[in-house]
Amino acid sequence: MRNAWIVAGFALRESVRRRVFVVVALLTVVFLGLYGLGTWQAFKSVQVGELDQGVDTRIVAGAILLGLSMFATLFLGAILAVFLTLGAVRGDAERGLLQPLLVRPLTRGTFLAGRFLAAAVVCVAYVVVVFLASVLITHAFGHWWPDTILLPALELAGGVAVLVALALAGSVVLASTANGIAIFMLFGAGLTAGLLGEIGDALDSHTLSNVAKISSWILPFEALYQQALAAITQDTVGFTRLAIKLGPFGGAETFGPALGPYAVAYVLGVGALALWRFRRRDLS
Amino acid sequence: MTAALSARGLSKRYGATTALDAVDLEVGEGELVGLLGPNGAGKSTLVKIACGLVRPSGGTAFVAGEPAGSPAAHRALGYLAELFRFPDWLSASELLELHQKLAESGGGARERSELLELVGLGEVAGRRVGAMSKGMQQRLGIAQAMIGAPRLLLLDEPTSALDPAGRRTVRELLETLRSRGVAVLLNSHLLSEVELVCDRVAIIARGEVVAAGTPAELSHAGGVEVETARGVRQFAQATREEVPRIVRELVDAGEEIYGVRVVRSSLEDVYLEVVGGR
Repeated sequence: MRNAWIVAGFALRESVRRRVFVVVALLTVVFLGLYGLGTWQAFKSVQVGELDQGVDTRIVAGAILLGLSMFATLFLGAILAVFLTLGAVRGDAERGLLQPLLVRPLTRGTFLAGRFLAAAVVCVAYVVVVFLASVLITHAFGHWWPDTILLPALELAGGVAVLVALALAGSVVLASTANGIAIFMLFGAGLTAGLLGEIGDALDSHTLSNVAKISSWILPFEALYQQALAAITQDTVGFTRLAIKLGPFGGAETFGPALGPYAVAYVLGVGALALWRFRRRDLS
Repeated sequence: MTAALSARGLSKRYGATTALDAVDLEVGEGELVGLLGPNGAGKSTLVKIACGLVRPSGGTAFVAGEPAGSPAAHRALGYLAELFRFPDWLSASELLELHQKLAESGGGARERSELLELVGLGEVAGRRVGAMSKGMQQRLGIAQAMIGAPRLLLLDEPTSALDPAGRRTVRELLETLRSRGVAVLLNSHLLSEVELVCDRVAIIARGEVVAAGTPAELSHAGGVEVETARGVRQFAQATREEVPRIVRELVDAGEEIYGVRVVRSSLEDVYLEVVGGR
């Protein structure tokens, strides 16, 4: 485990030296600034707090805006996850950076664990901080709090951790560019699954709804994102609940208490597969 | 005492291509062994199997008695790859520090500064790798390989980017290592260098060891040359023991003799002979 932390520290130091975090922080400030501007304008233009045919417009506006922010947060987290890991194995091996490290008393499993730790810690911290900042901005302009804060934060964090695991596993078998493309395609596939679920619900199509559900289980970052969306209005009921449409692509869905343990097992499974392949790989 | 490196029947196939075919090689404690061979002969594959970077298709390899690729074997070796690269954002000292941590070396700042001095980089410990010339990076690579005082050093073309002065530094370094009892497997194309410093040489061609022995064993008699007033006369089959007789016969025949040289084939001649270069 000591060596895993050494590898993680090395990866994090590289990100610091290459000013990755400075760029990410600046762009995130821009994103949050724009979100704040949008939220301020949105709450200014609706008659917040007033019931319109039984619908609480403050809750509807707050939830929709935070839902959109959650999508953007996950998207930014996905970008971070991909770029922190896309060349971690094959890319670095092809450049001759990996071999000097792996001839040290460092198993390949430890190396993968270290790279996962570094990327996961950064990405998880990032989405949690950006989500909490979005919650605060929404409250500052709209005086609305989501029904729960910790749970959606953790679920978004889980979603981005799944993406880190997939991108790291992809880096074992794919060259950097191909891996980046593959992970963004998977991310897009997850969004499509959410969209299919929305269409399925609108058309009352069980087939589409089932396809969306199964796809979300196959790509659990999407399931975690949808469950996070659902969590922000989990206690909201009545006409207000019906008026809320969360997220630009997929609606809020719940997947039950098994989703958390399943996501953990999924990450471990992806990690085991990646290690199995990595151990069989010649590093020429 | 166990050999620093012991390879038995080592084979590696990439699909239909055989990179190594039942290679036996041993590097004893404190021994400096040169590995020669043309491009694609399998030298780097052999070194990478010893490092655990490449899995053999057959045979076994042990480093200091431990299976190649195991953490225990990794603790006993230092490695400089032919096509290596270090993170350009690290300084020389930071790179060594990272490898000290991974190699579980307790040498600290003293070991780092000693190693940098040894390879002639003591003045640039704080310089970023990205700001170093290829030759400096290669010397840094040698220092990196020596972290933790390994029992076996595997150096794959360690002088390919060095100027003559740098090559001499490395040659002196290899002598120092030998005096310290460190075993070295030196993979190089520079035959004269290998001939100068190595205790033993193994020549690999088409994945097989085609010649092995000390440089003296590998080189063989190439006849006798006698410089006379009428020019240099060659006795291609003659040996050192025949020199007095040849000189006597020439003097009896009225020749004036200015010099006699017993010719031995160089390692280069042997190399070209066994790899089919001529």
